[in-house]
Amino acid sequence: MLKIDNLHVSIEGKKIIKGLSLTINKGEVHALMGPNGSGKSTLSYVLSGKEGYEIDEGTIEYNGKNLLDLDVDERANSGLFLAFQYPMEIPGVQTSFFLKTAINSKRKFLGLPEVDALEFAKLIRSHAEDLGISSEMLKRDLNVNYSGGEKKKQEILQMSILKPDMAILDETDSGLDIDALRIVSEGVNKLRSEKNSFLVITHYQRLLNYIKPDFVHIIADGRIVKSGDFSLALELEEKGYEDLSKIAS
Amino acid sequence: MAATEQTIKQVNSLGNSEYKYGFSTELDEIKAPKGLSEETVRFISAQKNEPDWMLEWRLNAFKVFNKLPKPNWAKLNIPDIDYQDYYYFSSPKSLKDKPKSLDEIDPEILKTYEKLGIPLKEQEILSGVAVDAVFDSVSVATTYKKQLNDLGIIFCSISEAIQEHPELVKKYIGSVIPVSDHSFAALNSAVFTDGSFVYIPEGVRCPVELSTYFRINAINTGQFERTLIIADKNSYVSYLEGCTAPMRDENQLHAANVELVALDNAEIKYSTVQNWYPGDSEGKGGIYNFVTKRGVCRGHSSKISWTQVETGSAITWKYPSCILQGDNSKGEFYSVAITNNKQQADTGTKMIHIGKNTSSKIISKGISAGKAQNTYRGLVSINSRASNSRNFTQCDSLLIGNECGAHTVPYIESSNADSTIEHEATTSKINEDQLFYCMQRGLNSEDAVGLIVNGFCKEVLQHLPMEFAVEAQKLVAISLEGSVG
Repeated sequence: MLKIDNLHVSIEGKKIIKGLSLTINKGEVHALMGPNGSGKSTLSYVLSGKEGYEIDEGTIEYNGKNLLDLDVDERANSGLFLAFQYPMEIPGVQTSFFLKTAINSKRKFLGLPEVDALEFAKLIRSHAEDLGISSEMLKRDLNVNYSGGEKKKQEILQMSILKPDMAILDETDSGLDIDALRIVSEGVNKLRSEKNSFLVITHYQRLLNYIKPDFVHIIADGRIVKSGDFSLALELEEKGYEDLSKIAS
Repeated sequence: MAATEQTIKQVNSLGNSEYKYGFSTELDEIKAPKGLSEETVRFISAQKNEPDWMLEWRLNAFKVFNKLPKPNWAKLNIPDIDYQDYYYFSSPKSLKDKPKSLDEIDPEILKTYEKLGIPLKEQEILSGVAVDAVFDSVSVATTYKKQLNDLGIIFCSISEAIQEHPELVKKYIGSVIPVSDHSFAALNSAVFTDGSFVYIPEGVRCPVELSTYFRINAINTGQFERTLIIADKNSYVSYLEGCTAPMRDENQLHAANVELVALDNAEIKYSTVQNWYPGDSEGKGGIYNFVTKRGVCRGHSSKISWTQVETGSAITWKYPSCILQGDNSKGEFYSVAITNNKQQADTGTKMIHIGKNTSSKIISKGISAGKAQNTYRGLVSINSRASNSRNFTQCDSLLIGNECGAHTVPYIESSNADSTIEHEATTSKINEDQLFYCMQRGLNSEDAVGLIVNGFCKEVLQHLPMEFAVEAQKLVAISLEGSVG
């Protein structure tokens, strides 16, 4: 599904990612953990195609294609989804209208007709209810005056209806209280299947109690320094990032 | 909504040229002699069989025009206009004997309207829109007339009104925009060829949106419409005009005058979607849109509301204004002005508070892309007699790219200490992170810009009649095509 090989990335000449390799197969959930400034968010932006990042070396293959050749919207419509750490506010654009536009963009890309109004309403309602998003909220402008938790739920709602093959969750747990964390995690778990994969980026092991990863990777200074299973997350929680050298060794 | 959907489909299907309305219709035309002279004025008046008082009024206006300089205070680069290089009257020949019904209309003309997305036929009637379509200079057809007649509403071309309702025309024409106001106003008064006339009698609420589509077709024709709307006591009317013009390399001149009169407790809502040809990306061709629109709230508690979506024209120069003469009267101005490539717009409003307890609201959204220049220019003037008056103004500018400009020039004059005036203004660049966010959800860059800009304009667009809001949103997006790399 996703194969990152020896990736080197810099921003304005400053090297951020320094030889990162990672392979995610269909149906797998990978957690990427690391301290601030280790390159976690940079990786999520590079994968989704944000401007301003220099790829100095390395390749990224996505479903057999060279991911770096694709525009941001092509990547999205090919099933790559990024749940933003800081979702953007779009004043004047109703949330439900935005959702409909996003669905129809994908359908157009796939050569399908626009979504039927009734079908759309049904789809949104079922997913929104699961996430505790009220219909009143869907009428509000996208992310405007949403609380931190509401914004994150909104990201998961978008993910649920767009049904990506490869979802990257960039610190989705940050700023969430325990109830919101549970709801958001349930949303992710519902989507989880043999067909799609996740890259869960987080600081804390807490989220991984709810979204059980198949693999855990520790990133430090732009490289994956250790990979393992869930027990690695527990070990990290116990020893902390300061003791990374010990974990890495 | 059927008509709206049809319109959108038609807009979409016109994808063969960059300007989606850039087709022209082959028709035999009757033209006035080229150039501007007393003879031209007489020719126009004679073509329309006008009464002597109208001819005299025109001739006087022509004299005034000759004495007035071209207004030059706007932040616009207006090339010298050679008034002798235009035709001032052109009428499709087949319309010389006015059609009695749609069936008698030249199918070529109907086809043009179809491309524009104005279904003149049943769907439109079903969707409750009465259309008075102006093709070049002669009103083509007026639908829905009988239903309006029964309510005593007069909705016809101004030429017809001059013949049929001279007492109303005489009383009100030039009463809001004096002939001597400025040179474009005088020019229009001298050579106006057609336009709409609306009279809503006392106590009547017009049940449908009245709508006129103007279209400049003939090469080198200046179009000078004259519109006059009178809302008598306790009446209400909503009026919408839409404008498109075919693609030509030459610049075409458009100098319209629109006068609104609201009597006691009456309300007029006037909406414009202006999409004249803007010229190509190098600034060649396009309409010079020099329009004077002014309404007077003559009666107490009357209200005039202007909503405009200005996306077209090479140069736009217009300031739909309200004279708040009656006590407790209200004026509103909601504007979206979009300039792309080398377009220039200098637009805004004047709110003149004369009566007591008058209030006005101005919401202006300017969007500038490419190498375009976009200026909001407004005047809020509170007279010494206008105690307890209020104004709120909000001007927001959005820049797309690094080579365009946005300017805000608000003039505020208050001669009354009881009154309050609020002014807010912002200027921002389109947010790259917002664009990235939308594109990460699958929108291409143009759709993303369209979505964000539509959100930016929402406060204004929501004041458009429902039937046209969707079309306007589409236009906003189309106008900005190619603005993001």
